Amino acid sequence: MIRLERRPTPSRFWTGATPVLAVIATMIAGGILFAALGKNPVEAIRTIFWDPLFGQFASYSRPQLLVKAAPLILIAVGLSFGFRAGIWNIGAEGQYIIGAIFGAAMALAFYPMDAVIVFPLMVLAGAAGGLAWAMIPAVLKIRFNTSEILVSLMLVYVAGHILSAMAFGALRNPEGMGFPGSRNLQQYPAAHNAELIAGSGLHWGTVTAFLAVIVAYVVMQRHILGFQIRVAGEAPRAARFAGVNPARLTAICLGTSGALAGLAGLFEVSGPSGQITPDFASGYGFTAIIVAFLGRLNPLGILLAGLLMALTYIGGELAQLTLALPAAAIQAFQGMLLFFLLAFDMLSNFRIRIGRPEGAQ
Amino acid sequence: MTESARQTLLTIEGLTKAYPGVVANDDVSFAIGEGEVHALLGENGAGKSTLVKMIYGLVRPDAGRMVLRGAPFAPPQPSAARAAGVAMVFQHFSLFEALSVAENVALGMEQAPKQRELAARIAQVSEDYGLPLDPYRLVGDLSAGERQRVEIIRCLLQDPKLLIMDEPTSVLTPQEVAILFDTLRKLAAEGTAILYISHKLEEIRALCDAATILRRGKVVATCNPREQTARELAEMMVGATLATPSRAEATPGAAVLEIGGLTVTPANPFGTALRDITLTLRAGEVMGIGGVAGNGQDELLAALSGETRTEPGAIRLKGKPIGDAGPNARRALGLLCAPEERLGHAAAPDMTLIENATLTATIRKGLVSGGFVRWPAARRFAEEVIATFDVRTPGPEVAARALSGGNLQKFVIGREVMQSPEVLVVNQPTWGVDAAAAAAIRQAILDLAAQGAAVIVISQDLDEIMEVADSFAALNAGRLSAPVATQGLTLERIGLMLGGAHGMHEADLDEAHRHSHPEGAA
Repeated sequence: MIRLERRPTPSRFWTGATPVLAVIATMIAGGILFAALGKNPVEAIRTIFWDPLFGQFASYSRPQLLVKAAPLILIAVGLSFGFRAGIWNIGAEGQYIIGAIFGAAMALAFYPMDAVIVFPLMVLAGAAGGLAWAMIPAVLKIRFNTSEILVSLMLVYVAGHILSAMAFGALRNPEGMGFPGSRNLQQYPAAHNAELIAGSGLHWGTVTAFLAVIVAYVVMQRHILGFQIRVAGEAPRAARFAGVNPARLTAICLGTSGALAGLAGLFEVSGPSGQITPDFASGYGFTAIIVAFLGRLNPLGILLAGLLMALTYIGGELAQLTLALPAAAIQAFQGMLLFFLLAFDMLSNFRIRIGRPEGAQ
Repeated sequence: MTESARQTLLTIEGLTKAYPGVVANDDVSFAIGEGEVHALLGENGAGKSTLVKMIYGLVRPDAGRMVLRGAPFAPPQPSAARAAGVAMVFQHFSLFEALSVAENVALGMEQAPKQRELAARIAQVSEDYGLPLDPYRLVGDLSAGERQRVEIIRCLLQDPKLLIMDEPTSVLTPQEVAILFDTLRKLAAEGTAILYISHKLEEIRALCDAATILRRGKVVATCNPREQTARELAEMMVGATLATPSRAEATPGAAVLEIGGLTVTPANPFGTALRDITLTLRAGEVMGIGGVAGNGQDELLAALSGETRTEPGAIRLKGKPIGDAGPNARRALGLLCAPEERLGHAAAPDMTLIENATLTATIRKGLVSGGFVRWPAARRFAEEVIATFDVRTPGPEVAARALSGGNLQKFVIGREVMQSPEVLVVNQPTWGVDAAAAAAIRQAILDLAAQGAAVIVISQDLDEIMEVADSFAALNAGRLSAPVATQGLTLERIGLMLGGAHGMHEADLDEAHRHSHPEGAA
């Protein structure tokens, strides 16, 4: 008989070890899944985890790693604040879209003016857009005690419709011969979020993501705000007793995650994507939720988790191309990662005992 | 019935039960005679609960045996224990508020008779044993004392040979306790044995014929409690000599806290409204606020801590209106609080003691500068609290939930006391705390008052209030009585102040008898 026994103090060893264990378990279960699809599991796992870094086309895929990881890390760091405090922003995808629209609109308003000020203004607009979109669930929660989970999630679909409206309407490229989509910002130097070092995949979004990790780490560990966030998440009554204002915390956490998601959208639209198109949204906002938990809501963990998740994205695409694995299998594979992570999470708070069951209540 | 004439009902021989890391019961042996009221005495964690759970079939012993009326007795589950004549009234009731008394009783029976028949039997038993109870009333409308009667009557309907009662008086007013004791004595006279678990020594001396004292899972003494003083019993329980809190003669100073017309509607539907609470607290004064749980204690603490905001002028600290100030603004002015619930309210369970020290001390201990927490200073403060209040912990890095109740309570009280408050409000300061820790906490409260601070002690434990408080006020259904000096105050008088709305006076008893006919629904 297997029993779970609560540890008096959470185990530090298992807190660090569970993500590693989760990745290994995902590889095993994923391997079985791929084998059932008639693929060689070892080759599939190698294609996903190894080839993007050291394989034949690594020189192409390595910079892609940073390009994919930057928005994931940026959004996940923002989400981790709220998740720690028990404030669940599920709508980062919507804030990402609105941030991109605001930023692109700012750029297109200046087009074709060539001025240094354009890009910083776009950054501000992107952050403001994400912030504004996140403040809708925040204000509704504070005023009417609505569920921020539902409101923020539903606003993703609203944002998706706004995105289409923009791509087909207000932001459509006048010289685009009627095709949906805005002007390509990559061709507007003042607004282009270009690679800082050619061929590295490093752009301003990557730099911001790294900065966000450092700032978030310091705030969480040393600042009173980080302390209040942690108390609010672990013991809401104790937080109120300690003088934490729940409304203020809700606004700060949703606002921060919204602004960072908006920034991620801005850096994406002005860089790798280049334009507002109806299919601009690529699910970064949802995947970042997995990244935040995979990184144990710890900024440094999120940095590693973002890189790992980007790897499975790129590796997954590679596997689709070279091994003809279906896209759904790759998505299932990524889902397993979160599943195993949450399941193994229990080990840090419980220890497993094997023995006779206890007759006690 | 004399001691020697008694037939032995239950014999316990060498019962042992170990849990990982702790031996809850180690070779426990004693015997209970028919019609005997036997006390099981011990501190929290001494193994009382484990022992009675074994008798009641909830836990199986690792070793040892029990003999009930000459036959081996090893109940695999509670129903077997009940069939053998063992009944138990738990400290926490298992009643459905939306159902009537009779329906609740029927739920616990294996073969429930018809409602009308059952109601008649309930009325009969309640009359026989002086426990007024209307079988048709909703449990949700009953007081804690009346709910306990439902549990007792549920047990009595099984005609038990042994009745186990776990801390039965913790929710009762003194008058309710008197009624309960009459019932228990009547039962004992009819030959029912009672195993009475408590740590209230005076009660045990008043009620019990014999006492078995447990300490760390072992029987350390068996005695006749009537021949011992309460102090001797306490020392057997703790295994050490106890220091009685000593108090200096206090001359109350100027008024520091003035509450006038404080009225609060509760935020949640199960809360108690505070109605027109008025009091004045002077420097150096300890005021005890007594009352049965659920009469507004939590709401009063929240209104004082700043978790609930009120009219600015309803609460004045040194003349300054603070009713609309938040918790930290009040802390800055010198008003500190320690809530009842240690884990989750006074402290965050999964956070370290350093972090929990920081929880309320950022303002008065200057633990934040420029928005950043000064963790080294926070650690020093936590270590200071641990050392001064003798908190038993491997170190300040330990999570709060890993501490025992008494140690965490010492930490929580110490955290506030060491911030030199001008007014300290504590709710149930020694609830669930062992005797030694309780004595230390009471002494700290008295020392603080001696240094000129004003203290409000909200407590259900009247002995505690009599020990530490200069004045006493009763909180009843959200109303606070006018405070009176504790000197010369009798327990009876206190009971009357507390009893008000509970319909538990002796006079009501006769009334209830007359109305306890099954058709006489309320």
